[in-house]
Amino acid sequence: MASNKHTIVALVADRPGVLNRMASLFRRRGFNIDSIAVGHSETPHLSRMTIVAEGSDTQVEQIRKQVEKIVDVIRVQDISGLNIVSRELALIKVKSTPETRSEIMQIVDIFRAKIVDVSADSVMVEATGDEEKVDSLYNLLKPFGVKEISRTGRIAMARGDQGNRRDENEG
Amino acid sequence: MKLTGAQILCESLLKEGVDTIFGYPGGQVLPLYHTLTQYPKLRHILVRHEQGAVHAADAYARVTGRVGVCFATSGPGATNLITGLANAYIDSVPMVAVTGQVPRAMIGRDAFQEADITGITIPITKHNYLVMDIGDLARTVKEAFYIAGTGRPGPVLIDLPRDIQQEATEFHYPARVNLPGYKPTLAGNPLQVKKAAKLLAEAKKPVLIAGHGVRISGAYHELKHLAETLQLPVITTLLGISAFPESHELSFGMMGMHGSAYANMAITGCDLIIAVGMRFDDRATGKIAAFAPHARVIHIDIDPAEIGKNVKVDVPIVGDVKTVLVELNKEISAKRHDEWLAQIRDWKRQYPSGFEIRESDSILPQYVIRKIWEVTKGDATVVTGVGQHQMFAAQHFFYDKPNSFITSGGLGTMGFELPAAFGAQTGLPGQTVWCIAGDGSFQMTVQELGTIRQENAPVKVAVINNGYLGMVRQWQELFYERNYSATPLWCPDFVRISEAYSIPAECVTKKTEVVPAINRAMAAQGPYIINFVVEPEENVYPMVPPGAGIDQILHEPRKEAS
Repeated sequence: MASNKHTIVALVADRPGVLNRMASLFRRRGFNIDSIAVGHSETPHLSRMTIVAEGSDTQVEQIRKQVEKIVDVIRVQDISGLNIVSRELALIKVKSTPETRSEIMQIVDIFRAKIVDVSADSVMVEATGDEEKVDSLYNLLKPFGVKEISRTGRIAMARGDQGNRRDENEG
Repeated sequence: MKLTGAQILCESLLKEGVDTIFGYPGGQVLPLYHTLTQYPKLRHILVRHEQGAVHAADAYARVTGRVGVCFATSGPGATNLITGLANAYIDSVPMVAVTGQVPRAMIGRDAFQEADITGITIPITKHNYLVMDIGDLARTVKEAFYIAGTGRPGPVLIDLPRDIQQEATEFHYPARVNLPGYKPTLAGNPLQVKKAAKLLAEAKKPVLIAGHGVRISGAYHELKHLAETLQLPVITTLLGISAFPESHELSFGMMGMHGSAYANMAITGCDLIIAVGMRFDDRATGKIAAFAPHARVIHIDIDPAEIGKNVKVDVPIVGDVKTVLVELNKEISAKRHDEWLAQIRDWKRQYPSGFEIRESDSILPQYVIRKIWEVTKGDATVVTGVGQHQMFAAQHFFYDKPNSFITSGGLGTMGFELPAAFGAQTGLPGQTVWCIAGDGSFQMTVQELGTIRQENAPVKVAVINNGYLGMVRQWQELFYERNYSATPLWCPDFVRISEAYSIPAECVTKKTEVVPAINRAMAAQGPYIINFVVEPEENVYPMVPPGAGIDQILHEPRKEAS
């Protein structure tokens, strides 16, 4: 993973337009979002967002502080420096023939991915893992002919209690 | 008893202590305007353009310290608020703007006069709401006022569909807000405050920079105590003007692009900056790489995102300026910096240019401002637009009265002055408000003379008329080989314009007539307008060229009196 990629996790109120506010802030401040993933959190009416963005530490610190100012954002943390688990989900539709199918299945097995659909001339693979794993799998499947790929973007969580740290009154 | 949405809004405004609303009606706020007449305690002032409403609410908020309120209808009414919302946002002004929206069932269908105003205003409001359930309305108003007026203040927009204004429900105004994501820090971290006190005790050449935060927080007394105890030279930002009395021996004026040479030299030469409620705007700092190269920096600000945004900070203190200064003042003991202050005073003797008015047969804009200061004895609130006249008003009126300089700082909004002067006058009835206008800036919102006349607001207007878009022309002269592209400005007869609005006015072309005219304006019961025809190519000095360090100062070239 490139050192200037940051993983920011935000707990946000589950209100219409929150994603727009977040995306708008990144755009306004000139930050590129690599990926953004949102879903329900453990608390009703709160969602958790994982944002992957590129920038220097100072830039990302600034963006974190700006994100924190959004009224609908309850908490935000840059977890890049922590020991984290990060995953993304990908669905990959690969061309297959009776001749290539078993080879594809072998590759899928090695990556502990799954075949979730089979048709006459293609198979659909479901893969979970960090970006590198999904990238590697994709690269190996490419020669067979990838018809379609859909990736979720990263979701991440710090291991143990690290994620619960709150930044006190500092700059 | 059930109340309609429009009634709930009015009741909620009363609960928030609102007594003045600046606005403009239209189709999608008709139920609200229909209801407004049942609430005589809510004084609604009809402006001539929604931009006038938002600037008036802005200045009203700045002079009173309360949340300014404005109304507009949907679509074009709402989008006409944009400039004023952006202005209030960047200058941290507490405001609640209520816009009408098409009925819920029509939202998203490109209905007549529909605009996605919450979407549009996300980057220029502190927060905004589209109310889709009448049950949320009272809570929304409560939250909006709380968010607008606390922490770093800012504008909050409430978009209210027309059918919600008409629907009815029980009215319960919440006693408190519950916003888990919004908890402004008010008290400074005690350890950081101690660290700041230690740095201040060690510094040999310290400088205090006072910004808008001092005024917003009302920390005049605390700031003065800090400056006097430690004998700190006090320099202000543009919006920090009137945070510290300029007649004080420790006052060294404004910093930045058109700041005093000695203020900029003091900052460049200092070993410690204590920045209080300011945000290191590029117009204040010049080129960041050359800014205060020898200084450690203590930065006090209520907005954590301001700290370290532009300038590296050694001691960050997040908190309300007044609260933090009270704590800091407990940690300090008296100190002197005689040599350092003598050095700055020496710079002041060497480089006074821009603050001295040279002799001229024609009227110099600086002369007009200085005379307004003399005639009013400084007892006036000065409201400006944006351009040369703004900088002259910053440099040549001396502000001793707290919070007496109202200007569009961050956004630089031309046309701010007239509606803002009206708004300030509304907040300060019985006090003298001078609107210093540029001929270009004035024409951007000149229609608000109608509002001033209708309300008989005794605003005194000085148009500094040089027949140019003066500041742009100055840049063209200095940096674009005098290529005056699109800056010569034909002006209408401002006296006849004023007369058309039934406002007494006069045109002054002779220097000897400047003071008598100002006196006549002061003696007039209501509004009064003076068109001062000034030297067309006078420039604002000193000046730091854009992109240069603030010590790279252009001084006024010595002109021989002809």
